Formats: sequence, structure tokens, C-alpha cells
Amino acid sequence: MIQVRNLKKTFGPKVAVSGVSFTVEKGEVLGFLGPNGAGKSTTMRMITGFIPPTDGEATIGGYSITEHPIEAKRLMGYLPENAPSYADMTVHGFLSFAAELRGLSGSARQKAVARAVETCFLENVLHQSVETLSKGYRHRTCFAQSIIHDPEVLILDEPTDGLDPNQKHEVRTLIRKMGEKKAIIFSTHILEEVEAVCSRAIIIDRGTIVANGTPAELKRRSAQAGAITVRLGEGSSKPVQSRLEALKGAGRVQLLGEQPLSLRVFPAKQSSSEDLAKAISALCAQERWQLLELHTEEGRLDEVFRGITLPDTKANKAAA
Amino acid sequence: MKPVITIAKRELTGYFASPVAFVFIVIFLLLSGFFSFMVSGFFERGQASLETFFAWHPWLYLFLVPAVGMRMWSEERRLGTLELLLTMPVTPWQAILGKFLASWAVVGLALVLTFPVWITVNYLGSPDNGVIFAGYIGSLLMAGAYLAITAMTSAMTRNQVVAFIVSVVLSLFLILAGFPPVTNLLVHWAAPALVDAVAAFSVITHFESIQKGVIDSRDLLYFLSVIVFALFTTGVIVRTHRAG
Repeated sequence: MIQVRNLKKTFGPKVAVSGVSFTVEKGEVLGFLGPNGAGKSTTMRMITGFIPPTDGEATIGGYSITEHPIEAKRLMGYLPENAPSYADMTVHGFLSFAAELRGLSGSARQKAVARAVETCFLENVLHQSVETLSKGYRHRTCFAQSIIHDPEVLILDEPTDGLDPNQKHEVRTLIRKMGEKKAIIFSTHILEEVEAVCSRAIIIDRGTIVANGTPAELKRRSAQAGAITVRLGEGSSKPVQSRLEALKGAGRVQLLGEQPLSLRVFPAKQSSSEDLAKAISALCAQERWQLLELHTEEGRLDEVFRGITLPDTKANKAAA
Repeated sequence: MKPVITIAKRELTGYFASPVAFVFIVIFLLLSGFFSFMVSGFFERGQASLETFFAWHPWLYLFLVPAVGMRMWSEERRLGTLELLLTMPVTPWQAILGKFLASWAVVGLALVLTFPVWITVNYLGSPDNGVIFAGYIGSLLMAGAYLAITAMTSAMTRNQVVAFIVSVVLSLFLILAGFPPVTNLLVHWAAPALVDAVAAFSVITHFESIQKGVIDSRDLLYFLSVIVFALFTTGVIVRTHRAG
């Protein structure tokens, strides 16, 4: 549904986005990650046709956003960053206006407004003017505007920004549900959100894509991924550590804490963590160590994120 | 055409939800009444015409029309709703036209509400209503020209005060180019053709010509071309510095 080919944007000498390409199909929720100023919003603004790209192309459902902007814009809903809305209008007036601009009229428009109001829990403030609303309500009003025409493509720039934890949860559930039938791109700073909602994630840094994969794939890139954490009921650190290091397939062993004794065993190169886990549990049985915990690390997204987007090696080491 | 109407309707609700439209209409009515009756001596002249009433319009509009139009684009820019509007399935031209027509309608409504003046002259004497009608058309066209200029300056900035001041200055230039004290000054050292050329750029020249009761195609063309040019420039500005 969404195809982005080699999008570039420069503001004078400053390169905001340099050569971003990806595709999003129906049924996919793409998480767009990156530090502040990485080019997330600029990329989204180019895809939605708000700012023209310096080079490259974005197509929505086959329509190029630069050549056939009206057709492309019809297919998508967009929640801009900071969720702007006309302060002097009521929620109902604003949503009716959005529906009318989307070409809905009469009873179809009323139905669309009612549906969006229900989905975004806006019944209580329907006839209040937008400027009197709290940030959460304003945000949901603008979100309601983006889904009013039940678009096939949804582009959301930080949809959970400024919401309380309950509202965040609602919005995430909503995005996941809508993601079954739509192509969705959403940007966020919150990494747990990506794990909870996305089928795929892209990390963008200084205008280029530095990682692209499912959340699980990305987590596997973490230094911790595949390491095995062992927690024992008793024993002293030194001999246990040396026994673990001597195991076949074990690499570095890191001491995490003394009381209770917990260690992290990294698999050696080209050996699987599964074999290592088996070897560790066999060793524990053989030595009659009390095994309190044994688990394989999945890796952590925040660590991957920091490892990729922090340029200096010191920070990289700290993350590892 | 439908998006134009939708946008114009939204703008109109915006004008009437905030006090902008009411303040403009009330102040316009008060000032036009004050100047034509008290300052210009409408009654003392003993003429059944609205000449004194229309003569003040270029000057009243100079401050009041930019006040109506200054929010047109700068407010969208400040609130960030420009991003919303331009990612809707509407072309920038539809948005520009919708906004312009809405603000023009506000000014038009203020003009319509001056009808007691028209009733007064008709009660007191027998004026040439054709001339009065032409005067209203000319006044509306002039307001349109000022508004289009305000739309242009409003698109340049997110600051309404800057938009207001710049459009007052540009409109003032359009007045002064044909204002007798200025043209008299020019006559002393410039060729008459040049003086005429400069005066031809002025709203006053064309407004006064329409007020004689003849809607000349040249005057019509002048106002329409000022409107089209300013709105076209608005379009260029909106399209080129959208993200600013």
C-alpha cells in the first residue's frame, strides 16, 4: 500500500532525510523509531504530501503523492505531530468539517462522525470547543479526524504522545486492531510500544534507515541476545565462574551478583544458546547446585536502539 | 468546488466564533457613519449622493481589512493546522479560494449593513441609485483587493501582527500612488505619462472612476488582476514554505 523509494529532503545545506526506502503492506503496522531530529517527522510529512521531497518518490495505493496528490491523500488518514486542530471549533464541528473535506455528506457523514467519536471516546466533550479541552482529549480529537473516513492507510506521528497510561493502552489496542486491515506507519519514542503494537520496525538515524526488521529480529541484534542467565541458591562466585567458563560452547562469563549468585554466560562464537543451556543445566545437576533460574536472554530493544543510534564507541560499550 | 465551500464555511464559523467579524462590522459601521456624517458634513452638503460616504472607504479599509484577513494563514501556521489542511484531499488553490471568499463575505456583510445610509438619502432626496450601486460594487472590489494582499502577507508569517503591518503598508502604497497630494508632487518633475502610469496602479484612481457610476472594464480588470495576482502569490508562498 505504501511504497517509499529513495526519499531525500534537504533544507538548505542541512540534509534532513537522505535516501529512505521501505514498503508497508496491508495488515502491517510499521513502527518508526529514531532519536529526536532523526528525520521521522520529515519523512512522514513527505509521505503525506505536506512537504515536497527533494528527490525520490512515495506512492500510496499506487498513486504518487507528488503526481496524483488528491487521489493519494484520499486513501490515507494522517495525525500530525502535536495533533493540531482548529481551536475555535467544537469537537463535533471539527470532525464534521474533516468528514466533509473527505467527501462525506448527509447521513454518511453523521455516521462517520459518530463512529470516530465512539472509537476515540469523545462523547463527553462532543459539544465543547477544542481550546477548552485537555491535551489528551485534543490529541484524541485529532486522532478521530485521521480515522474518520476509515482509510486504508494510516500515518500517525507520535499517536500516544501526551496521553495518560490508560489512554496509551487504548490507543495501542486500537492501532493493533486497525492494523489487521490497514497499512499503518506510526512513529514513537517509546520502545515498549513497538514491541506491543508493531509487526515491523524501522530505526532511522540522521536521515537514513539503520535497522529494519520485526521487533524480535531487532532484539536479536542486542549484545545480550542469546546469553544465558543463571541464578544459583548457593556457592561462591570464583569456582562457579571458572567451571562455567570451561563448559563447551561457553564464551565470556559475567558475574551479575553475589547474593544470590547470578551469572550471565555468553555463548562462544558459532555455538547455539540452546546447547549452552543444556550444558549448564547438566553441569548444575552433576555438581548438585541449586538452580533457581535459568533463562535465555531475548535481547532488549532499548539496548539495540542505543547501540545503533549513539555514535560514540564509549556509549556503545556501555550499552553492551 | 465543493471543498472550496466546505473551507469557506469553516472560515466563516471561525470568524463568527471569535469576535473578529462582529468587531469589524461594528467598528466599520460606526466609523463610516462618523466620517461621512460628522467629518464630511453629509447633511450640510445638501446633495442626495453617497459620495462622502464612499470617499472614506479606501482609508477605513486600510486598517480594518488587514485586521480581518491577517489571521487567514498565519493562524493556520501557528496552530499547525496548515499541515492538517494541506494533507486533506484538497488542492492549495481550493484552500486559498475558500479562505479568501469567506473573509470577503464578512466584509460584504458589513457593506450590506450600511443600508440605512442608502435609505436615508432616498428618504431625503432622490439620488441616482445606479451610481450608488456602482459605488457599492467598487467598494467591494477594493476590499477584495486589500484582502487578497492581506492573504499574501498572512501566508508569509506565523505572526499576525507582522501580517497586519505589512499589509497596511502595501495597501497604503496602493492608495498613495493615486492620492492627489502625491500625484501633485509627481507632476512637478515627472512626465505626465509617468504620473498617469503610477496613478493607474492606485486603488483610488479606479475606485473613484467606478463611483462616477460607470463600471468600466479597465477598472474591473484592475481590481480583479490585483486579487488574482495576490492570491497567486499566496499560492506560491503556501506551496514553497509549507513546513515553516
